[in-house]
Amino acid sequence: MHLNEWAFVGVLLAISAILPVVPMVLGWLLGPRKPNPLKSDTYECGIETVGDAWVQFRVQYYVFALVFVVFDVEVALLFPWAVAFGNMGLFAFVAAAVFILLLAVELVYIWRKGALEWM
Amino acid sequence: MLKEALIQAGMQPGWAAFIDIFLGVLVAASFGMVWVLFGIWVERKMAARVQDRIGPNRVGPWGLIQNIADALKLLTKEVIVPRNADRPVYFAAPILAVVGVILIAAVIPFSPVVIGTDLSIGILYVIAVGAFGVIAVLMAGWGSNNKYALLGAFRVVAHLVSYEVPMVLALLVPVMLAGTMSMQGLVREQHIWYIFAVPVTAFLFFISSQAEVGRAPFDLLEAESELVAGYNIEYSGMVWAMFYLGEFMHAFFVSILFAVLFLGGWSGPGAEQIPFLGIVYLMLKSMLVYFVQIWLRLTVPRVRIDQLLAFNWKFLVPLALANVLLMAFLFKIIPTPDFAGAQAIATNEFAGVAGGIYRLFGPNQIAELPRTGLLLLGNIALVGVTAALLGQAGRRARRQVEALVDETDYTPRAEGAEHTAEAPAAAAR
Repeated sequence: MHLNEWAFVGVLLAISAILPVVPMVLGWLLGPRKPNPLKSDTYECGIETVGDAWVQFRVQYYVFALVFVVFDVEVALLFPWAVAFGNMGLFAFVAAAVFILLLAVELVYIWRKGALEWM
Repeated sequence: MLKEALIQAGMQPGWAAFIDIFLGVLVAASFGMVWVLFGIWVERKMAARVQDRIGPNRVGPWGLIQNIADALKLLTKEVIVPRNADRPVYFAAPILAVVGVILIAAVIPFSPVVIGTDLSIGILYVIAVGAFGVIAVLMAGWGSNNKYALLGAFRVVAHLVSYEVPMVLALLVPVMLAGTMSMQGLVREQHIWYIFAVPVTAFLFFISSQAEVGRAPFDLLEAESELVAGYNIEYSGMVWAMFYLGEFMHAFFVSILFAVLFLGGWSGPGAEQIPFLGIVYLMLKSMLVYFVQIWLRLTVPRVRIDQLLAFNWKFLVPLALANVLLMAFLFKIIPTPDFAGAQAIATNEFAGVAGGIYRLFGPNQIAELPRTGLLLLGNIALVGVTAALLGQAGRRARRQVEALVDETDYTPRAEGAEHTAEAPAAAAR
């Protein structure tokens, strides 16, 4: 039974990967193909591009991703708790409260550190 | 059903199961694509009406098949690939953008019997699959080797990833109330729509799902006015259309998810008996959500990136944390509804008026009513506290600005000296 449930997802994954490929290939076949050096240049408001875009970027973006990872992992751990919550006593609430307050403390720390300010 | 019929007809059970799954997959996968053709028309018509235009009205009655004409046009357009692009990544991105959205269709419960597959971890699956979109956009930005596209992709890391936190925190609450992560379970346990019990959670989910889809006012990742088109700037023809398709399907699937989680999904009068009615109810509810979504998109201006992130981390996330804690506490102290007792009253022929009322509104709904009311009170209290805190923060910010203004001396020094160079000098100091 469990295997069948996931078999659906597996087949859907295969089919949904084919679905976008078909129109893309059709577009490739039906559309004109007349590349020229100017056309296949990287677009940049009409001026010539200097260098490529694969450069170092601001660390700010990385900080947000880091904060997200911490939150996401902790929240993923809360899902089993939420499912079983109805059958557990008040202790389950206290335990989760401590866990969620840890998240809150983390948020306050990040906030005070100024990591949430967009510079 | 189909599987049994095929086995009856003398087919191998394994093959029968495969054909059963395969047909289900085809329906689930093409449902979104077919709907998009209609959905884009609805959206264009609505956008036109809001902006005092008529909208598509040439191709077919009321312009209904305008989108098919557009799709055909896109097919005949040249696919221009920039010379400097990283081709494998460049072409994998649009495929991934569509795959991630279609995979959501697997767990959407259309009616009591029509569902792709009722996974026991349905909600978690939706969150996991939803992350495909972020990777797709990042790949598109990186693979294009274009500075605008890469800037758009960087914003995605900050933006999509940030709004996933309040969304996941909001999803905890319906899971907690229903005690299950399966989508069918969530619909069945929802005797009274969760939007009445936990409106704050519904609000959090709606806002953050709008941001996840990346539509206005949160469409920073493709802000035309500053990033030209953002991550999909180097895409053209049918390859570009895949991003468009993915976005529209995502927007619609998010409305369906909202309808399932907070508006009771397929439930409605007679839905258990006639499965088709369930599909109709779900579609009506999700179209309502979709309408609100388009309305928001057409009337609210785009926010700046710092406002966007501050709104998420300084308002939505703290609110979501407080909301989860408060709901968990209330859920624990409110006694569990007496479903068996209500059922007994409803089936008791001698209960008189009470029995009649219980039968009319459904015993489970009546039993659920006190809990819904108490949770709603808790939500109203939370909204009140939030509003008070916001007001305080607003006043503090205003005082800071006023203090800054007071420090600056705009008044001219001597009488009759308004037009000398002294006044601007004082202001600059």
